[in-house]
Amino acid sequence: MAELTYREALNRAMDEEMSRDDRIYLMGEEVAEYNGAYKVSKGLLDKYGPTRVWDTPISESGFAGLAIGSAMAGLRPIVEMMTWNFGIQAFDHIINHAAKMYYMSGGQFNVPIVFRGPNGPAHMLAATHSQNVEPMLTNIPGLKIVSHSCPYDGLGLLKSSIRDNSPVIFMESELTYGQKQEIPDEEYTIPLGVGEIKKEGKDVTVICWNRMVDLVRRSLEPLEKDGIDIEILDPRTLQPLDEELIFQSVRKTHRVVVVEESWSFASVGAQISDRVQKECFDDLDAPVGRVNLDFVPMPYNEHLEELVSPDVEKVCQAVREVCYL
Amino acid sequence: MAKKKTEDYDPELLISMYKDMLLYRRFEESANRAYNKGKFAGFCHLHIGQEAVCVGVQKNLQESDYVLSGYRSHTQSIAKGIEPQKVMAELYGKATGCTLGKGGSMHMFSKEKRFLGGHGIVGGQIALATGVGFKIRYDKENDICVCYFGDGAINQGQFYESLNMAATWDLPVLYVIENNQYGMGTNFRRVTSIDHLWKRALAFDMDHSDVDGMNVMSVYDHVGEVIKNIRKTKRPHLLEALTYRYRGHSVSDPATYRSKDELQSYQDKDPIITQGKLLKKQKLVDDETLDKWNKETKAKVKEFEKFADESAEPDHDLAYQHVYAE
Repeated sequence: MAELTYREALNRAMDEEMSRDDRIYLMGEEVAEYNGAYKVSKGLLDKYGPTRVWDTPISESGFAGLAIGSAMAGLRPIVEMMTWNFGIQAFDHIINHAAKMYYMSGGQFNVPIVFRGPNGPAHMLAATHSQNVEPMLTNIPGLKIVSHSCPYDGLGLLKSSIRDNSPVIFMESELTYGQKQEIPDEEYTIPLGVGEIKKEGKDVTVICWNRMVDLVRRSLEPLEKDGIDIEILDPRTLQPLDEELIFQSVRKTHRVVVVEESWSFASVGAQISDRVQKECFDDLDAPVGRVNLDFVPMPYNEHLEELVSPDVEKVCQAVREVCYL
Repeated sequence: MAKKKTEDYDPELLISMYKDMLLYRRFEESANRAYNKGKFAGFCHLHIGQEAVCVGVQKNLQESDYVLSGYRSHTQSIAKGIEPQKVMAELYGKATGCTLGKGGSMHMFSKEKRFLGGHGIVGGQIALATGVGFKIRYDKENDICVCYFGDGAINQGQFYESLNMAATWDLPVLYVIENNQYGMGTNFRRVTSIDHLWKRALAFDMDHSDVDGMNVMSVYDHVGEVIKNIRKTKRPHLLEALTYRYRGHSVSDPATYRSKDELQSYQDKDPIITQGKLLKKQKLVDDETLDKWNKETKAKVKEFEKFADESAEPDHDLAYQHVYAE
């Protein structure tokens, strides 16, 4: 076991996979000589050389398309988006080509590619730099969306994402790259599409992922004081979604709250609510509770940013509400 | 470049260029008729008038080279080796089509023949083809990638992003602008700041040229030299082929935005008629032979129609397959 930061865990995943398979290359802005804007790719240029670690021009659309074309021809690219806010420039290629190529070519051209980078609000970056693109991309058939909550999961899921033969969108967070966790020295992977109960509980299922898992953990103590024992469920992969795990948990607790760091309209949380009401209607003792960003572009001011974002109090409030407290 | 004398060419090559263009013309006419008869719907963009570009370029390719194109690519996909009846069946949306009826007119593909689409998003193939060039460089291969797009696509941002990367990283891609003068109904001069599109290459210090796209021998000769150079230098090249589409943007477009005189001026230098004259001048054929070939080609195309028409509709299961790769 060794204590690794989130960035070191993700780095180890890429390193292990690149040493296993020379079809894999890494491309993105500042990933090579600068060692990555957030140092996730640190040392990979030195180890694998400039043929496999490429600094790109600031052309997200262009290099996303280039990477997809290279994947169609047989390579396995990892593309780093410095942030998913910039990645929006590449949505044309991700949505029109990465997601559709295998289908539209009648199963001839699959696109084994990972687009990874930080997603969602960070801190005082204002509206264009504080977006969560999960709802936009989970709505596209053909893409797999991974959004993880700890270095251990990040490492295992990134390795599986790189090995996957379909395009994978891999969500990280600017605010957690320094977070540390004990990681086993031996190699491991975590399969896509499989969620995990992060904490067992009997009263309310709180479904959350990425940074929201830690937020919900911080809500445990005040909720215990209210006598509420929550179960924390992290789906880890948003598309395809581990619905069975969600239904099992709801059938046990009979109450659900979804906490997500994005807007509520047509989001992953909205989808989970829909599936739960459909499949677990008779099991529910309360309507599904939800915590989201308020439906405004992210303000710059620190206090306003806090105001519109999920926090411990909002989580506790939503949990109490489904318990009719 | 010294102009070759026609007698220097293998007669079989001269004949095959004629026959290929003839096939593509009759194929597209058949597609047009089938569309009008309601055999299929959606969009259908015909290549009629532009055959010399396709044939002149692709006769220079080796089998392992790659080709990507836009949504006007029925003929280019056949030229790359996809069986024409499979292209026809794809138009009809049948299970025997080259993408099993899942792509249609704009999205022909063949992994085996290295035809990487058929792309319906204008300019999308430019970045994808640049990635194929990247793969060729990555694996140190001797192949090249040909990427076709129209005069409309050069005003997409990714054209600039892609050419910049290809020129910076020495990616062996031949970018072919089929300048047929109209992006849908808009004359390129109304929306483009330059008169000669090859000039865009100057911004990237990229090799460039233009060619008379109405004459198959001109295209063949010129592109032969260009491709030889790409294989040697591994550097990309931007080629502007000056051509013209006789039909509207798609079969539903009556093309009222241009004059009959303009159309006639290009039909007067029709690539198939020009090549026929050359064959006759070489005494390789007479009018009777040309007439016979025309009839044979029409009969062949009828067979493709029959194949497409009689092929089965795809099973319902197919709608749910190929979302994710195993």
